[in-house]
Amino acid sequence: MMNKLTKLFITFISAITLMLSSMSSSFAKVDGEYIVLGAAISLTGKYSSNGVHTQNGYNLAVDRINKMGGVEVQGKKYKFEIIYYDDESNPKRAAQLAERLINQDGVKYMLGPYSSGLTKAIAPVTEKYKIPMVEANGASRSLFTKGYKYLFAVLSPANQYLEVAIDLAVEKNGGKPVRIAQAFEQDAFSQDVRLGILDAAKRTGSEIIIDDKLPKELNDMAATLAKVKATKPDVLVVSGHTKGALTAIRQIAEMKVDVPMLAMTHCDAAKLSKQHGKKSEYALCASQWHKNLSYKDKFFGTGKKYDKDFKKEFGYAPPYQSAESSAALLVFKDAFERANSFDGDKVRDALKTTEMQTFYGNIKFGPGGQNTAKPMILFQVRCKGDTCENKVVAPTKWASDKFYHPIPKWSERS
Amino acid sequence: MDFLIFKAPILMVQASLDGILLGILFALIAYGMALQWGVMNIINIAQGDLVILGGYIAYTMYLAGIHPAWGVIVSPIIMFFVGWALYKLVINKVVDRDLFISILATFGIAIIFQQLMNFIFGADVVVAQSEYGTTMLFDNSVTLPNSKIFSAVVSILYAVALVIYMKKSRLGRAIRATAQNARAAKILGVDTEKVYAATFGINAALCGIAGALIAITLTLHPYVGLPYTVRSFMIVIVAGLGNLPAVAISGMGLGLFEEFADYILGTEFRIGAVFMLLVFILVYRRFKLSKKREYLK
Repeated sequence: MMNKLTKLFITFISAITLMLSSMSSSFAKVDGEYIVLGAAISLTGKYSSNGVHTQNGYNLAVDRINKMGGVEVQGKKYKFEIIYYDDESNPKRAAQLAERLINQDGVKYMLGPYSSGLTKAIAPVTEKYKIPMVEANGASRSLFTKGYKYLFAVLSPANQYLEVAIDLAVEKNGGKPVRIAQAFEQDAFSQDVRLGILDAAKRTGSEIIIDDKLPKELNDMAATLAKVKATKPDVLVVSGHTKGALTAIRQIAEMKVDVPMLAMTHCDAAKLSKQHGKKSEYALCASQWHKNLSYKDKFFGTGKKYDKDFKKEFGYAPPYQSAESSAALLVFKDAFERANSFDGDKVRDALKTTEMQTFYGNIKFGPGGQNTAKPMILFQVRCKGDTCENKVVAPTKWASDKFYHPIPKWSERS
Repeated sequence: MDFLIFKAPILMVQASLDGILLGILFALIAYGMALQWGVMNIINIAQGDLVILGGYIAYTMYLAGIHPAWGVIVSPIIMFFVGWALYKLVINKVVDRDLFISILATFGIAIIFQQLMNFIFGADVVVAQSEYGTTMLFDNSVTLPNSKIFSAVVSILYAVALVIYMKKSRLGRAIRATAQNARAAKILGVDTEKVYAATFGINAALCGIAGALIAITLTLHPYVGLPYTVRSFMIVIVAGLGNLPAVAISGMGLGLFEEFADYILGTEFRIGAVFMLLVFILVYRRFKLSKKREYLK
């Protein structure tokens, strides 16, 4: 049993904590020398590996910016600090946490979560409170068609992921239209990638002969691939996150499906070349970023330098999810300095007029908040012996290797 | 796409073989569920998660440089003890309450298993490579991955072995006696508590085998257990309890139905068609769950 004294003591302590927390919230947007940013990140649950990549990207950039002098606003130097919460890969939880960050922690500026779905859950909240959010991992087109005014994305929208691949296929076909077979998972992101393909097909006069929508629960594509085998398209496009990429490669190899060109998403997230080795060779993959691109900035230098620094800090090569997350911080720093103020709307206006180069790529926001200045790149898995690597093949400006086309038949592959 | 499958009839052969091979694997999981359901009247929502855990055991072996196919021997041994422990820790505390409580309990176990697997193995989708190659039929127009053939053969072997074990061995007979009439079995000296624990263990072992086979034929992820639970539930509903040939036939039937639904209705309705079928079967088969618990402490 608690005695009276203990009860009194607890009441006293909680009163103080309550006071402190309400006090700190009024300063929390800029706390002493710190500019406080809030982020809900998937540290547990099904997005936890990419959630951690995102967090590592944010942290590396915060460290770097703080070490190199921080953010200068009205002649005073400030440092970045991030308050993280674990959203458990759950959209409802992410929206709650955004409310909590804004209302209880008093955060005035937000960084995005991982995945389109979670960004979609948070965006209405940040809009409601007029909190500028720079996000780096929500590519779904529908994020940019809702008229959000406080949402800015450093990455290219999902519909651009594989459009380039269709252009490439047409080019390889001597400028003539191609026959496309496609299989997309039924989720917001993959369906946006599909819309991009539909646009590209229309533009080039190409015909879509197979258009399968894969249910989320499905991890067997045998039926789709049998159809592909029977209809012999010029290009096969698959997008279904890491599960889709791994299933496709496994079953294409097992069923000996011969297609001249195979375009996919999520190859590096799926560690395709590591998990499937030579079976994944010649797959063409959409990527937001690659370390060999020639962009640079004064904080991270080039992509190669970023790759090296990231490896040193976290012990693994940075996937593009980390690179774009780091870029989000560079955008915030730039916007604060140009706004020269901590006023939310002024920062937002500064974000809107962002035009800069980072190691990750050029950044300029379109009317919907999407980054319009950076093209998607395509790499192709190429193997030497048993080690396979991702080689950039398009756009030609950054291509380190020639695009290998058509893919050799399985009967000719060792 | 006006019914490609009718234009190219060879696709029917492909679809049928794919469906049957997949169905046999499902039937193995369903048989475990039927056994447990029949003996102790527990519908195990964690069935699929036990399967995935079995898969991760094979995957761990693969990472250690052992061929993942050995998983079909190692995984069931480990999983038997996991099942046994689960029974002792959780199931025997709730099994004498009503059906709803035991469903809730296994649902809770499913969530805990998912999170633990996520914690231990990470949230990445993984595959284990068997490098078994491919069998080609009809001049390369029908292809069968040898890993799928292997998994069907292993499933059949284990199923046959289990049927013989249930018929001949002392424990098998005790299990069947308990399923028929627990009270009478107990009076005649059967240690029903041990029978229940063994049943739960055998079910988990079957899941372990299926999981190891899934690791080399499909993909693994901590959160993909539920579809396996749903499919085995369906198979059991169609086949009834304690009837292995019926389970095998309904498993293959479901595999075939799924494949043909894919070609005829479209891939997007594949899973939807399975659920429609479930509703249809529940309405027409008038499956009766026995209301009276037969469990004896």
